[in-house]
Amino acid sequence: MSTTVETPPAAADAPARQVSAGVFSPGQLLESFPDALRKFHPRHQVRNPVMFVVWVGSLLVTAFAVGDPSTFTVTVAVWLWFTVLFANLAEAVAEGRGKAQADSLRRTKQDAVARRLRADGTEERVPGTELRVGDRVVVEAGEVVPGDGDVVEGIASVDESAITGESAPVVREAGGDRCAVTGGTTVLSDRVVVRISTKPGESFVDRMIALVEGAQRQKTPNEIALTILLSTLTVIFLLAVVALQPFAIFSGGEQSVLVLTALLVCLIPTTIGALLSAIGIAGMDRLVQRNVLATSGKAVEAAGDIDTLLLDKTGTITFGNRRATDFHPVDGADLAELAAAARLSSLADGTPEGRSVIDLCVERHGLPAEASEHEKTGEFVPFTAQTRMSGIDLDGRAVRKGAASGFALSAEASAIVDDIGNEGGTPLVVADGDRVLGVIRMSDVVKPGMAARFAELRAMGIRTVMVTGDNPLTARAIAAEAGVDDFLAEAKPEDKLALIRAEQEGGRLVAMTGDGTNDAPALARADVGVAMNTGTSAAKEAGNMVDLDSDPTKLIEVVEIGKQLLITRGALTTFSVANDLAKYFAILPAMFAAIYPQLGGLNVMRLATPESAILSAVVFNALIIVVLIPLALRGVRYRPSGASALLRRNLLVYGVGGIATPFLGIWLVDLLVRLIPGIG
Amino acid sequence: MWAGVAQAALLVVALAVVYRPFGDHMARVYQRTEHSAVERAIYQVVRVDPGTEQKWSTYALGVVGFSAVGVGFLYLLQRVQSWLPFDFGRGNVEPGTAFNTAISFVTNTNWQSYVPENTMGHSVQLVGLTVQNFVSAAVGLAVAMALVRGFVRVKTDRLGNFWVDLTRGTLRILLPVAFAFALVLLVTGVTMSFKSGVAVDGQTVAQAPTASQEAIKELGTNGGGVFNANSAHPFENPNAWSNLVELFLILVIPVSLTRTFGTMVGERRQGYVLLGVMGTLWTAVLALIWAAEASGVRPLEGKELRFGVAGSALFANTTTATSTGAVNSAHDSFSGLGGGGALLNMLFGEMTPGGVGTGLYSILVMAVIAMFLAGLMVGRTPEYLGKKLGRREVTAAALSILAMPTVLLVGAGIAAVLPSTPGALGNDGAHGLSEILYAYASASNNNGSAFAGLTATGDWFQASLGVCMALGRFVPIIAVLALAGSLAAQRRAPVTAGTLPTTGPLFAGLLGGAVVLVAALTFVPALALGPIAEAML
Repeated sequence: MSTTVETPPAAADAPARQVSAGVFSPGQLLESFPDALRKFHPRHQVRNPVMFVVWVGSLLVTAFAVGDPSTFTVTVAVWLWFTVLFANLAEAVAEGRGKAQADSLRRTKQDAVARRLRADGTEERVPGTELRVGDRVVVEAGEVVPGDGDVVEGIASVDESAITGESAPVVREAGGDRCAVTGGTTVLSDRVVVRISTKPGESFVDRMIALVEGAQRQKTPNEIALTILLSTLTVIFLLAVVALQPFAIFSGGEQSVLVLTALLVCLIPTTIGALLSAIGIAGMDRLVQRNVLATSGKAVEAAGDIDTLLLDKTGTITFGNRRATDFHPVDGADLAELAAAARLSSLADGTPEGRSVIDLCVERHGLPAEASEHEKTGEFVPFTAQTRMSGIDLDGRAVRKGAASGFALSAEASAIVDDIGNEGGTPLVVADGDRVLGVIRMSDVVKPGMAARFAELRAMGIRTVMVTGDNPLTARAIAAEAGVDDFLAEAKPEDKLALIRAEQEGGRLVAMTGDGTNDAPALARADVGVAMNTGTSAAKEAGNMVDLDSDPTKLIEVVEIGKQLLITRGALTTFSVANDLAKYFAILPAMFAAIYPQLGGLNVMRLATPESAILSAVVFNALIIVVLIPLALRGVRYRPSGASALLRRNLLVYGVGGIATPFLGIWLVDLLVRLIPGIG
Repeated sequence: MWAGVAQAALLVVALAVVYRPFGDHMARVYQRTEHSAVERAIYQVVRVDPGTEQKWSTYALGVVGFSAVGVGFLYLLQRVQSWLPFDFGRGNVEPGTAFNTAISFVTNTNWQSYVPENTMGHSVQLVGLTVQNFVSAAVGLAVAMALVRGFVRVKTDRLGNFWVDLTRGTLRILLPVAFAFALVLLVTGVTMSFKSGVAVDGQTVAQAPTASQEAIKELGTNGGGVFNANSAHPFENPNAWSNLVELFLILVIPVSLTRTFGTMVGERRQGYVLLGVMGTLWTAVLALIWAAEASGVRPLEGKELRFGVAGSALFANTTTATSTGAVNSAHDSFSGLGGGGALLNMLFGEMTPGGVGTGLYSILVMAVIAMFLAGLMVGRTPEYLGKKLGRREVTAAALSILAMPTVLLVGAGIAAVLPSTPGALGNDGAHGLSEILYAYASASNNNGSAFAGLTATGDWFQASLGVCMALGRFVPIIAVLALAGSLAAQRRAPVTAGTLPTTGPLFAGLLGGAVVLVAALTFVPALALGPIAEAML
């Protein structure tokens, strides 16, 4: 799988969700063949205006070929049907990939028997499908959670690998932001009471299955607009071709229905028409591969439009825990003495902050990480809200570290403490008895590579705003280090909501991540709200995407997927239209060289005969669909850059490339086709 | 050759001189809030409250209603001509001709299926045709301004007041400039007379109030002459200087409107880039026509010696690229490629630089389509000038673009197979088809220039060309106003690094490419059997 989560081998036998790797194998074509055949039904075809025209055209040409059978007429008819078939195949392959995922999901949805609590506290056994919103069920170690809900009683470790693919169990407990459990996951230890929060058939897994299968796939706004443009082009070409017949009659060279239909099919944007729905399905699929679940394709598209990204500082931009990054000895103490004392004071301190002090001592000063036997005899003094310090009493020494307010500081020490605070760090003073030895600088460490990512986002035109509960001073320092464009300090949930409103008033689209119930209003208001899977049900309901890995930086990838989706559509449309030039050069001389021999000069590809020219154009037009299926599924390459650079590149590749490719392709097909007796 | 280059250079310099002041003047005309005493009087008489703005649908109703009344009035006027003064016994105009002419002048096409000096008296000319020369141009301007307001305004359903825009365009732009240049044309030798004609050597030479007509004929990109020979007639266009003045008048509004546009949207470069695209295509087709005519077998066939190859090519290119339709040479006698160039200008959809107002809104519609595709290719919901291009916008733009090819191809297609058609044509084969295509391109694009060679007085041509003119004018106008309505209702998206800039050469190339590509893809099959087959002989 191509996600950020690595699945250990131990999870291989668990019902882990299989995610296709995003590569395309020819075998998928064969597997999807029966589905592709089913899509020949007119009810299905009529949903795609471009391909419907091809379908009708194929019928017409078939009737013509039956009336006037020859190698040429029959071959053209067959290849027109192939055009429809290849379009069906593209869609079927895209859907097939989703179906495989849906099947493995469905396996997790074994209809669990639920232990429902009656009002009087006794239990009854009911099938999971009969649970209603508000029902309370008991789940114990080894049992499967029968439906989505919130833990209202107890604490348990839960294996969510069936949904997330992540094998490490997670803790779920009543109250707080880690209370949500998902139907289909397994409780590994302890006992919890879960209040069901979704109706049967609308659970998370159900929605996920519906999504990956594309059953409820609705066209997204940009897809609708593009379909209108493609229909317009189709109408224009229909007119151009239909009007050509009277002009041809006027010129003394009436054309057959077969030739006119072949011309029409070659001109209308079949390439993009055939691949359009596959591109949409595949875009959703790429999202699922990254363990992100969107409630609608519209949300994915909106992700590509985002102007402003709200990111929580903690856990997203920084590691979330303050880490010791420096020792500052004061009042004549030396660095080694300070480091030794800092280590002593932290030996028994199990907090991440305390561990980071030990780490720094090990890294910088070569001190041992583990306490010696002698050191273990010391007495640990835990942190209390009154003293605001912790440490160890050993051999009559009282070694302490803690907040500056708990110590009598010299002017030098005070200055350092203030400096560290101003620079966004947290100072921890270390003292041996009454003697202050120095200050530990605790800093919020920005994750590596964040500055580069924000620079990429800036190039894409996206402004990042860091949201933090820190004071403005600290926030400013971290914002500068991480390279975000702006920050919101001392933020309360309502401030987040206000910021989103303000951005949207200015016409900007806003994306954010969140997990708490507090975040729900902001998630609902944001144009793209990604809820963390570890979050509350309220947050998951409010957002329009859920990240199963609960990785807030994933938002950046979601934006890229949204953009890639639109770019793929635009690029293939351009390619499709650009192709028409070569087709004119192939077919027009074939049609009219008989009445105006000078038009033979347009036959720059030197195609053998009028029949081979027309057939070659039709064959190329059909084959290019198959050739481009992998591209449609994978999406065109997207590298974050400014709009002009992107457009220039895509115009070059798909515009200029779209003009050149068919000249070469039709010429090559003609070299083969001319060998067929009766055509060459 | 060098005289021709000098003429083109003078033309460009003259346009450059007036570009800023005139463009800004037009912006002020449509943005001001006060009304003059004359305007207030007019609003009182027609019972319009100039302070009330209209929704797009009301605005469109105004345009269509006003034009429909114009057609009815003009038709009646022609049909009762014999009872009007200055009719010189020319009698009531035939119903078919009257129908065709009424639509023709109201739609700013000015296709003339009649011989003016034998058909229209001075009353119909002055009270009917000339009035439409002014107001049909003002309608085009009004629609363009409504579209620009759609881009400029945010979260409103109001696009301005059609009656106010119409009045202002007529009184503050068209009338003063036409008046001044009528005098200039008189100085260059254009005639002005209310007589029906003068006797010279026993022949009667027709006379008319020419100079006043000529100024608005060119300024409003109308093109309907008072003489059959149009601007090839020595009374309408006596010499190279008058030729230059007329070219200037044709181009001055369409060209300066790009400045008006830039000023109104608050970024002048947005207008310059449109002008750049228009100018490049105008120059390219001029070079094509000029080269084709200069290297022709009989370069001066069909051309006035007063103007020569250069003056004729310049005029032919300008009149077909502006939906004017005035001619100073016989386009039918041009070489296959030269005539094809004139035809191509029309098939572009009249936007290089196009007619008064129509050129601006047509190229903006094309920009919407181009930016839609470009927007997808940079991975964002497409936008232009801060407005998103969604389903409604694309539908309106597509409808606007679809109208012209539809009526053109359907009309020309039927005409090509009618048994009566060969009798109406001057030629058969490829040139015959070019004549048919040219006539329908001219009508559907509201150009009005004639390839000649085609006798369009039969019932089929009178009726079908009339329908083409009406649909080719009003379907796009309604679609453009609908587009303006949905744009104005939006808020404006801010400019970020992800926004595709629309002021640089990349956008210019994209837009120019879209104009050429749409025309090429639509019309190449038809052109292959007409001009291309001729040119490749």
